[in-house]
Amino acid sequence: MRYLPHTDEEISEMLGVVGAESLDDLFSTVPTNCCCRLPIDLPEALSEWDLNRHMDELSGNMAVSPDYKVFMGAGSYDHFIPASNTYVRSRSEFVTSYTPYQPEMSQGTLQGIYEYQTLAARLMGMDVATASHYDGATALTEALLMAIRKTRKQKVAVSRLVHPLHREVIKTYFGPTGFEIIELPAGPDGRTDLSAIDGLDDIAAVAIQSPNFFGCIEDLKIAAEKAGAQKALFITSFTEAIAYGLLKSPGSLGAEIVAGDGQSLGLPRSFGGPGLGMLGSKSKYVRSLPGRLVGRATDVNGKDGFVLTLSTREQHIRREKATSNICSNNSLCALSAAIYMATLGGSGLRRLAEMNHQKAEYLKNELKKAGMTIPFSAKTFNEFVVKFPDGFKSSYDRLLEKKIVAGLPLASYYPELADHYLLCATETASREDMDMLVREVTV
Amino acid sequence: MTEKMGTTGLILKEKLLWERGKTGREGFSFPRQDVDQTPMDPEFARDDLDIPDLSEVDVIRHFTRLSTWNFGVDTGMYPLGSCTMKYNPKTNERQASLPGFAGAHPLLPESLSQGALELMYNLERYLAEITGMDAVSLQPAAGAHGELAGMLLIYAYHKSKGNQRHKIIIPDTAHGTNPASAALCGYTPVPVKSNERGVLSTEDIAAVMDDDTAGIMVTNPNTLGLFEENMKEVADIVHAKGGLVYGDGANMNAVMGIIDMKEIGIDVLHLNLHKTFSTPHGGGGPGSGPVCVNKILEPFLPVPRVEKKDGKFRLQYNRPDAIGRLMTFHGHFGIMVRAYSYILSMGPDGLKKASQLAVLNANYIKEKLKDIYHLPFDRPCMHECVFSDKHQSGNKVSTLDIAKRLLDYGFHPPTVYFPLVVSGAIMIEPTETECKDDIDQFIQAMRDIAGEAKENPELLHKSPEKTKVSRLDEAAAARKPCLAG
Repeated sequence: MRYLPHTDEEISEMLGVVGAESLDDLFSTVPTNCCCRLPIDLPEALSEWDLNRHMDELSGNMAVSPDYKVFMGAGSYDHFIPASNTYVRSRSEFVTSYTPYQPEMSQGTLQGIYEYQTLAARLMGMDVATASHYDGATALTEALLMAIRKTRKQKVAVSRLVHPLHREVIKTYFGPTGFEIIELPAGPDGRTDLSAIDGLDDIAAVAIQSPNFFGCIEDLKIAAEKAGAQKALFITSFTEAIAYGLLKSPGSLGAEIVAGDGQSLGLPRSFGGPGLGMLGSKSKYVRSLPGRLVGRATDVNGKDGFVLTLSTREQHIRREKATSNICSNNSLCALSAAIYMATLGGSGLRRLAEMNHQKAEYLKNELKKAGMTIPFSAKTFNEFVVKFPDGFKSSYDRLLEKKIVAGLPLASYYPELADHYLLCATETASREDMDMLVREVTV
Repeated sequence: MTEKMGTTGLILKEKLLWERGKTGREGFSFPRQDVDQTPMDPEFARDDLDIPDLSEVDVIRHFTRLSTWNFGVDTGMYPLGSCTMKYNPKTNERQASLPGFAGAHPLLPESLSQGALELMYNLERYLAEITGMDAVSLQPAAGAHGELAGMLLIYAYHKSKGNQRHKIIIPDTAHGTNPASAALCGYTPVPVKSNERGVLSTEDIAAVMDDDTAGIMVTNPNTLGLFEENMKEVADIVHAKGGLVYGDGANMNAVMGIIDMKEIGIDVLHLNLHKTFSTPHGGGGPGSGPVCVNKILEPFLPVPRVEKKDGKFRLQYNRPDAIGRLMTFHGHFGIMVRAYSYILSMGPDGLKKASQLAVLNANYIKEKLKDIYHLPFDRPCMHECVFSDKHQSGNKVSTLDIAKRLLDYGFHPPTVYFPLVVSGAIMIEPTETECKDDIDQFIQAMRDIAGEAKENPELLHKSPEKTKVSRLDEAAAARKPCLAG
């Protein structure tokens, strides 16, 4: 086996040093009542050639672009990833290293993550960003737990237009804690009904996603004021990071903690993971943040460098009193996001975000012209809700056969929205493909 | 003295990203503008995004230079205890980047995602077979997330019995993530000490296990690299009082094909695909932490579950007892592809052999260094061995000095100061993918350093000297944190 370098002679020599008769004999300290297993029943080893064939077959059994036209976002977005990004992020010094516990030989990862933290903080309008979390849902959940610790209050208010799967994760984490989730309802224009915040008593945090699950841009400024009036921390979240190439940052509108998913920043969708949990805060909360942080430091000779810092918040020091149990995070994804943001630059991110907006506006207008209903009036970014004619399901299935995925059906997430679909168009959607979609749904 | 691996080369300085670039440069190829330009309402638009504009060459050169300041498994031996820094096979990267996997949307209709679902279904079966457990969920994102999943399952189990418990037993050798994960479920950790043999004793467990204790979290082999020889008896005590046994599978690399985890009394176990199953650590992640359970806990596993019916794969959401969802989508699918590829490349015999050789390498190092470094538990070990700086501390040389000196020799140091039960611990896990030559070189480096500790301790205090930076002032960094530029 090509990953096992030992020759038979070496094995005998080493067994001799250890004082064991055989490889099996190495396990003599395992008591007989523990050492009784049958041989593992797995397929026999495949050659690299056969493995390729098997994996080609499995991966060929998936609907992906360019064969399929997938007009679906909902937390996982199709953006172009430059070859330069894939190439440089694949350098084995980045890929095959561990957490930078030995900073002297990890300065590459450390500076890269420091740069990610900086760019991520600027994108979100925060003072600091953590080195990464698993995904948007876990980052948002950790943000809420942080607010609960900070305020010592037991309830949080979460908009119904936060990604439904993020809300499911919050519910899972909160299960054993007794913390209560109050749902802020959706208003008729596709944005959260912020008046519901008034009169909420004793809440630790208000959490609003913008652009929300329907793609609508929320009024974060008003939400921040209302949350402040209830002495609750104002948390915002996002699933489409590209939006903030164009939209006012949550921090500039009053958010104190921002959580989101950074998959859009140069990461493949990869059937949903690994993505990138982004989490930032204003500087006054930095010592309550969960997860790793990289900071600047100076070495004994006065040279500048970087280290993991403020680790007394973390589980390996504080154990059960830590601000989170997180250890491995999504470091390489954060580095990839830094590479992607650097590739676009501020000007490019703006241009890309504008293009996303324009593509989706085009599709929305064409569908409207073709007689489809756009039920929500609020401004959207690169996805939006369409109400198709009653009983559209059969048309949807027909389109699947034509290799078109006409958005995400919303009824299983919002039962009142039968025949409503969430559609997305990014810079990768060509006018030709969008015209085809419009033609096909109106057949 | 032998020739050292570590040498000096030309290392280039590199500015911070935003100290490079000029407004107007670009590194991205934009598609043709084929729709009307509908501007965003200025009320919503920002004008403060301060990210530098760089060319493609700027970006490549910047990050390439950064990468040269790093050390990875591909660079050299990385015997970081408890982290299983084995070789990361390159074919795995090929498989994960196949367009059908990398480009797949997670909410595609099931009929359009059969390939990914089949892979997940198979991987669950394989991991169940390797561990001996009955069912697996691949959803947790990393080891600590798998631990949290395990705790939530135990919580859900006790809740279903109508009798929630409030404590959990955690040995003093446990990873810090264990108590932190238990705390998220409101369980108060009850610490127990390992005995003079470095393992749990049945008397200590019996003394603390009661009917308000939800169970025990055991790492086996434990973080001293020793097999918990009383495992079965410990499990019996916990089960007799209605508790459950959680296994931290971080050290599974020692026992593939050798130990059946269900058989030794474990009810729920997490695995680290980024340790045992060869997926790269990426400078800290992403990992993947599947959770494996026995039949009793199966109904509580997170949703959705992958099922096979009439030859088709589907996602099952309708599971009333499930703890819920742990991530937005299905977990770190890209990591699962790599682990699946590894298991198929190794086959059953290869996996068993990997564990045997991991244990052989660790015992070989232990034998070759124990005359010169203090070995607190002089017994056959599993996949890692733990020394201390006791013999060197007389010369005012600490574990930290030894670790830093290893950098100059061209090795990544072992895990240091963990487990906490050994003062000045040096925890060495070579893994099976290191060949005897490299291990011999590492042993020689450790022996040379022990010599230097006696003759020239100052050399160790000043190390490392060949790295890009020397020792950094971590205390000052934490006092006045600078976390963004």
